[in-house]
Amino acid sequence: MGKRKLMLGNEAIARGLMENCCVMATSYPGTPASEILSSFVAMQKEGSDSRHAQWAVNEKVAFEIAYAGSMTGLRSAVSMKQVGLNVASDPLMSAAYLGVKGGFLVVSADDPGPHSSQTEQDSRLMAMMAKIPVLDPDSPMQAKEMVAMAFELSEIFEIPVMIRPTTRVCHARQDIMLGDIQPNEREADFQKDPARWAATPKFRFHLHQELEKKLKALSFYQKTAPIRLNVETTAQKAVVASGVAAAHTQEIMKDLNIWDAIPLYQVLQPYPLHKEFIKHLMDTYDEILVIEETTGVIEMQLADRHSVKGKLTNSVPMVGELLPEIIQKIVSEFAGVHTEKIDLTSEPGIRPTLCAGCPHRASFFAIKKAAPKGIYTSDIGCYTLGLNLGAVDTVLCMGAAVSQAAGFYHAYKNEKKRPDIVATIGDSTFFHAGVPALIDAVVQKVRFVLVILDNRTTAMTGNQPTPASGLGAGGESLDSVDIKTLVEGCGVKFCKEGDPYNQDEFIPLIKEAVKYSREHGPAVVISRHPCLIDRLWKDRSEQPRIQVEVDDNCDGCTFCIDHFECPALVFNKEEENVSIDPILCSGCGVCVHVCPKKSIKEII
Amino acid sequence: MRQQIVISGVGGQGVIFVTRLLAEAAIVNGFSVFTSETHGMAQRGGTVLSHLKVGSFASPLIRPYKADGLLALKAESLAQHGSYLESDAWAVVNSTNHVKPKFDWSVFTVDADKLAMKIKNPKSVNLVLLGYAMAVISVSSENKLFCSIDDVKNVLENRLADKKEMLGASIEAIETGYYHRNSKLET
Repeated sequence: MGKRKLMLGNEAIARGLMENCCVMATSYPGTPASEILSSFVAMQKEGSDSRHAQWAVNEKVAFEIAYAGSMTGLRSAVSMKQVGLNVASDPLMSAAYLGVKGGFLVVSADDPGPHSSQTEQDSRLMAMMAKIPVLDPDSPMQAKEMVAMAFELSEIFEIPVMIRPTTRVCHARQDIMLGDIQPNEREADFQKDPARWAATPKFRFHLHQELEKKLKALSFYQKTAPIRLNVETTAQKAVVASGVAAAHTQEIMKDLNIWDAIPLYQVLQPYPLHKEFIKHLMDTYDEILVIEETTGVIEMQLADRHSVKGKLTNSVPMVGELLPEIIQKIVSEFAGVHTEKIDLTSEPGIRPTLCAGCPHRASFFAIKKAAPKGIYTSDIGCYTLGLNLGAVDTVLCMGAAVSQAAGFYHAYKNEKKRPDIVATIGDSTFFHAGVPALIDAVVQKVRFVLVILDNRTTAMTGNQPTPASGLGAGGESLDSVDIKTLVEGCGVKFCKEGDPYNQDEFIPLIKEAVKYSREHGPAVVISRHPCLIDRLWKDRSEQPRIQVEVDDNCDGCTFCIDHFECPALVFNKEEENVSIDPILCSGCGVCVHVCPKKSIKEII
Repeated sequence: MRQQIVISGVGGQGVIFVTRLLAEAAIVNGFSVFTSETHGMAQRGGTVLSHLKVGSFASPLIRPYKADGLLALKAESLAQHGSYLESDAWAVVNSTNHVKPKFDWSVFTVDADKLAMKIKNPKSVNLVLLGYAMAVISVSSENKLFCSIDDVKNVLENRLADKKEMLGASIEAIETGYYHRNSKLET
């Protein structure tokens, strides 16, 4: 008898990997997928056998490392968020043709809502495009079970298998029954077969034919066939759901007292959808409601759609998370039963902001001082929140701060007045996708300033190490890559470092870089100050704590609130002045430089 | 036994930690449990919301008008997330003054920030409020909470077994809230 343990969905997936002999696990951090690899590492530390777990420089690299593991016959897995899969889509499409030896899982976590992403894209569509099967778990418990199922599928059909959890699975916690962790008994054994592993286009044609055969067999494979959740009844209507929407629907149908009246089917493998299931639906029911997130992947495979209601008939919203209150309305209308009108009107919440004392805030303040009329391109990370400060004009995707800066430069090249362009990018994001763009900017002599916000960690996703940290996923010591050397290696002639806390020197440094960039080309400033919430750094912190106060000369002009937005600066409406919140203040002392009237003072 | 509780606050206050303590206390008492949490960008000082469902459920989310109670680490939370509450729910709110309820909710307020400052542990607002909630709910609500303060203390002792100092501070915070109830009951 196993033990029940409270587990985050991502932990449950990691546990599934451990229990099913996955010996190579790779990832690049991204919400909502980040905790899969960190949990795997934590569990591995408790165990005795040696497995390889690592944060890779980006998702494409992570994918290729894990895939090679599978080519040697070992079980391996790569995890990422849905937009990370875009970065890894190149190897994904090709690996589907070549197939696998050891079971190979691609865990791509979607974010309907979106809660913490640029898009609401549906990874199941990527699976469809790549022509690989995808499993869609409804809960942490099912996610863990699906890891076992996916490894089995992957090895029977020699194909990569995707597991597509969503935020509500990744970041739900549930009591999970633990199974045993099986020791790995396989040895790496790469069998050379150039016609397969290095296939030329001619062979790719045959591989494509093989892939189609695998898909057909998968659409008849019984173990992953849809399941009927309620008892057999004769009905004209049926509901089909997958993922967490199936869990919501189940609860709602019970509450609406239609559990015994309308059949509910849960699809475990949305692609390829089982052929017999499609036929059964079409032959049996006059009306079929399909509920899934985020795109109508199941719905689109129901070829004869005259009886189908879903996203394509506007019965289910195309955009946004399918919250249970939305599903309740859809299901009650479909079933023809009355339900109370749900009106979730709520007052707006508090918008996120950079932490009190965050070094990014100090960097942004200096950038705005040095290039007040500049165009500010930025990137993906905590520093996206620089938009609250008016210091971020664009955020597209990982690495685009650098290439968009180049694009703006080329667009304005022939104008009489050319704006200063200042790009900001985090250290981890620079490694991930900024380096090729910087090389391009050097070659094209792009006149812009790149400020690399080096806080020595991947902060937004929970402080994972970067290639500059010299640390592995489990805190083990590794080699490191120095950012300045890398920048200079890209061919940048102006590369200087500074501490943004030291505004007296940092603002002139940015000004110098702006001036250089106007005449010569790319100038890089590495803004170095560790993240305040990085535990690894906290332990060896010797940053002096500067106590500040606001004196009586404060006239409540709110310049500091509007342009610095530190959570520790509190505006008192009645007194019409600003004060310091002693609980939130980190003692960075940067705000002393911010007040135009010099009313914020260090207490000596 | 089925209970649904919403826990809300802003990133950094320890909403997830409180949710986890309660979820683990539910498991100790033999119940199934589901939680749903906010991660990512919102954790940087933005509004965060946890759902806790104890008993037999399939979905991790609470629907509007279904929650039995709300634990609000910020005073504004009642207005923001009140629509999750059923008409006779309870709400325990961290606030300097009394908060007027919209429906027949039993609303209990306590200045947890002040209490946390008093014990020189400003980051323990979450545990102070939890302690206070455990005291007032079991006294005045017909639906007693699925766990007791001792269950929560046991969970803390297991979690922080090798961090004695942190354990002591956490127990102190919970008890500070718990024993603060004295005559302050307001409904």
